[in-house]
Amino acid sequence: MYAFKFHKPSSIEDAARLFSGADDARYLSGGHTLLPSMKLRLAGPSDIVDLSGIDSLKGIKVEGDKVVIGAGTRHNDVALSAEVRAAIPALADLAGGIGDFQVRNRGTIGGSIANADPSADYPAAIVGLGATVHTNKREIAGDDFFTGMFETALEDGEIVTAVSFPRPKRAAYMKFPNPASRYAVVGVMVAETASGMRVAVTGAAPSVFRIAEMEQALASNFSAEAIEGITVPADDLNSDMHAAADYRAHLVGVMAKRAIAKAAG
Amino acid sequence: MTGSGIGARVRRKEDKRFITGRGNYTDDINRHGQTHAVFLRSPHAHARIVSVDTKAAMAAGAVAVLTGKDVADAGINGLPCGWLIHNKDGSPMKEPVHPVIAFDRVRHVGDIIAMVIAETKNKARDLAELVDVDYEVLPAAVNAVEALKPGAPQVHDDVEGNLCYDWHLGEREPVDAAFAQAAHVTKLDVYNNRLAPNAMEPRAAIGEYDRASDEHTLYTTSQNPHVIRLLMGAFVLGLPEHKLRVVAPDVGGGFGSKIFHYAEEAAVTWASKVVGRPVKWTSDRSEAFISDAQGRDHHTHAELALDKDGRFLAFRVSTVANMGAYLSTFSTSIPTYLYATLLAGLYATPAIYAEVKAAFTNTVPVDAYRGAGRPEACFIVESIVDKAAHETGRDPAELRKLNLIPASAMPYQTPVALQYDSGDFVKNIDDALKVIDYDGFPARREASKKKGMLRGIGLSSYIEACGIAPSAVAGALGARAGLYESGEVRVHPTGSVTVFTGSHSHGQGHETTFAQIVCERLGVAIENVEVVHGDTAKIPFGMGTYGSRSLAVGGVALHNSLEKVIAKGRKIAAHMMEAAETDVEFKDGSFRVAGTDKSLGFGEIALQAYVPHNFPHDELEPGLDETSFYDPKNFTYPNGCHICEVEIDPETGVTRIERFVAVDDFGNIINPMIVEGQVHGGIMQGIGQALCEDCIYDEAGQLLTGSYMDYCMPKADMVPFYEVGTNVVPCTHNALGVKGAGEAGTIGAAAAVINAIRQATGVEDIQMPATSQRVWQAINASAAKAAA
Ligand SMILES: Cc1cc2nc3c(=O)[nH]c(=O)nc-3n(C[C@H](O)[C@H](O)[C@H](O)COP(=O)(O)OP(=O)(O)OC[C@H]3O[C@@H](n4cnc5c(N)ncnc54)[C@H](O)[C@@H]3O)c2cc1C
Repeated sequence: MYAFKFHKPSSIEDAARLFSGADDARYLSGGHTLLPSMKLRLAGPSDIVDLSGIDSLKGIKVEGDKVVIGAGTRHNDVALSAEVRAAIPALADLAGGIGDFQVRNRGTIGGSIANADPSADYPAAIVGLGATVHTNKREIAGDDFFTGMFETALEDGEIVTAVSFPRPKRAAYMKFPNPASRYAVVGVMVAETASGMRVAVTGAAPSVFRIAEMEQALASNFSAEAIEGITVPADDLNSDMHAAADYRAHLVGVMAKRAIAKAAG
Repeated sequence: MTGSGIGARVRRKEDKRFITGRGNYTDDINRHGQTHAVFLRSPHAHARIVSVDTKAAMAAGAVAVLTGKDVADAGINGLPCGWLIHNKDGSPMKEPVHPVIAFDRVRHVGDIIAMVIAETKNKARDLAELVDVDYEVLPAAVNAVEALKPGAPQVHDDVEGNLCYDWHLGEREPVDAAFAQAAHVTKLDVYNNRLAPNAMEPRAAIGEYDRASDEHTLYTTSQNPHVIRLLMGAFVLGLPEHKLRVVAPDVGGGFGSKIFHYAEEAAVTWASKVVGRPVKWTSDRSEAFISDAQGRDHHTHAELALDKDGRFLAFRVSTVANMGAYLSTFSTSIPTYLYATLLAGLYATPAIYAEVKAAFTNTVPVDAYRGAGRPEACFIVESIVDKAAHETGRDPAELRKLNLIPASAMPYQTPVALQYDSGDFVKNIDDALKVIDYDGFPARREASKKKGMLRGIGLSSYIEACGIAPSAVAGALGARAGLYESGEVRVHPTGSVTVFTGSHSHGQGHETTFAQIVCERLGVAIENVEVVHGDTAKIPFGMGTYGSRSLAVGGVALHNSLEKVIAKGRKIAAHMMEAAETDVEFKDGSFRVAGTDKSLGFGEIALQAYVPHNFPHDELEPGLDETSFYDPKNFTYPNGCHICEVEIDPETGVTRIERFVAVDDFGNIINPMIVEGQVHGGIMQGIGQALCEDCIYDEAGQLLTGSYMDYCMPKADMVPFYEVGTNVVPCTHNALGVKGAGEAGTIGAAAAVINAIRQATGVEDIQMPATSQRVWQAINASAAKAAA
């Protein structure tokens, strides 16, 4: 690790100020992505602004038909929350399938989505459930948040404060984990929401994406059979030693069907 | 059996300190005035070193930056290889220099360029970034088969065609003749995937030099400190044994990877004298992936000839083994004497011929990894037997039983140099079949099919040669060391006992099992026995722990010393009780005069040994401290049958292990709980190789699976509870009747898993690791073939 200055503000405003006052600052949340890259000397920020002392970033609230999760909330807090389980079981399942227990005890939703790893699980929930990302500056529609591999709509220094998830009519998430890392090789969130059907895929491509054809098919017939034969082109998908593009394309179909079957109950 | 004697499930004495975080591992040791070393390693698989500029690092505060030139100037030799293999034509293998620090070329990613020493580890890392190295990158040889082809990049200028050796075993003519007569020939091509050992504790080393006594001490994560002292002292640094102490304290797993003498050990030992302060190095996980010797990596073609009744007539095998960039300490013996000698398996195949070519490549050196050669042999034999069964329409269990060496044929001389002493192989299979309910399998398969799943069952009957090794045999085969073991029993005046063993525990539980042997023989309580290992200053000598040899060799040395202690005790007792020595018997911890009620406890005898007020000193020396060196008469041959049952999701290719049964013959068992632990861990590693572990290098020689994000370790939730049992047939040639249990699980397991997948999918060509993608592709390919 390279030397850095450490700050632990207790308000969002102080955090943003400390960030903008520094040469090359990074926010720290659960640290499960940032710290390993610093240890490997792949990242060498001049300043670390630790967000974990900011109380307003933590916690889960159910407000009407919305579940609002603070950016600093840990994966296990979401996975094990009775309120989340009651309101959006698919979200609790997704959080409970991230990494392993130790990872879930550290990693946070804000850190996960700000990082925008193509294999992360939360992007499927942000897009698949039609969530809204709240920052210290604005609200960003879930559909607009992820802009590419490790890229988001966040501006430099912008802080994710919370994510609000509208409660879907029904939804389910199915993940095919990488057996080594447990990240998603393919993860599919299928949801019937107030704004229509959503099928969002993480892991398979550089960034989370929706499958319009499946969504249309489901609108008239919410069953696994409805999407039979609908495929995603392998050309646009990731291909690596764990899963070639054609295997990923195939898994998208399998995971989507399983998610539909589960959501249909 | 006393409460904690032989055969008791004694809880491990050492676990208290491990579980409470009180272990004393090398990295826990800090020496006064210590400095920290970081090794700058090559990012290229193959490159010429144009220049190494250390000025900036020195200017920024390095204690020292040592390079290949410094090593050469100091007259330090290369790292030695411990086993000389001869080519088919009798000429010796090629042994290119393995420099402690690379001089003019780097030959694998991770090859050491410089050693940067600083006040703290983080500072040393900072300074390492300031060392300016100019490389001229060269094309890399990565795949062993490709490396042997004309035109491949040359790893060493003095090794033409990258061929280390071209060796063979067995007689070719009778094999070829038998093939000509065969009713059926089964052929198989297998790549045995390369594995990273991944001991939980990464390697570490501390060198310390005492100017006053001119003594060097090396603390290191080693499975065999005396071997390191010998290799490093005599061959690399030129330090005499009496001025060199090697300590291997608590070691957190080795699996073979900590047998070898590594460059870092020699570097810190040497550097501590150069800088006049202790020098400490601790590897991190990323570094381990590119600097710990890796395992396996064999390309093999095999052919089995059968007669019309299914009897094996002959077996021939041709293997290309990847040595990596340099010869690690025992690397050359693994694909030869620890591999080809096991190709008979458990079968009475009358004629066997094997040839092995070893190739240099620009990859991390390859050496022993749990099982070392024997898992590779077992995998070939058990795969081809299954394939032959499928091809000839026979039940795999029946085909095996038809060809097994019967218990009545023991001792049995194989056509590939070994003489099996004992074993009841048919019973192993029958017991295992019963436990798994083999006859009920078709019904279970049907039930899986109803769920849309594929179910398969796979057998693997293994034998291994361990208890390594009779020195005379090893020597005749090219070993440059003897392979005996020492054991000293020091009885203290109040009757407590310290055992000094030359074997080394790094997870095996010697502190418990060796103490149990003492309890059993001397009748002392287990709390009163301490087992000391891992320090050349304390132990007479030792060849260390690997090849499941601790108990079968080290345990027998201990046993022999205990016999000497008892013999001496009998002398003392005879003197004390004024009886003839021949009339004194030792039982249950007491010496008694036969036919009388006169007796003395072991403790009283111990006290007398050290308070010899009236000893007849011409006949009886004071003291009760005995040492033995034991050189085994033969290898030991653990054997057994593993059966694995899998369920495969044809949509995703995911394999789930539903059942895993192992029936093993380890000879007599000292502590069944520890043996089960060894079997469980071993099976887990076999399953890891079968399903997920893989060192994947790209064409440039970069290790793509260089962290746990990509290198898939088997995890607890991938496996069911194992069902393990034993079938004890004592070893006939050692005093304890023991065979060894350390590697068996790993040797047998992989073939059982893959055979189950082959059976479930109906696809023979399933390569390891059988990842979900591979299995899915195999299922697709066979469906496509069926449709065509
Ligand atoms: C072994 C392992 C397995 C894992 N498996 C999975 C998995 O299966 N699925 C999965 O989805 N994830 C997985 N993860 C990732 C993990 O769960 C976290 O989601 C991830 O590390 C990021 O969250 P964090 O809180 O640790 O963020 P940090 O590492 O603290 O930060 C990550 C990045 O986000 C920025 N950041 C953090 N908080 C904010 C904020 N509020 N506003 C703006 N920027 C911010 C930081 O500056 C940094 O750039 C795994 C991680 C590990 C180590």
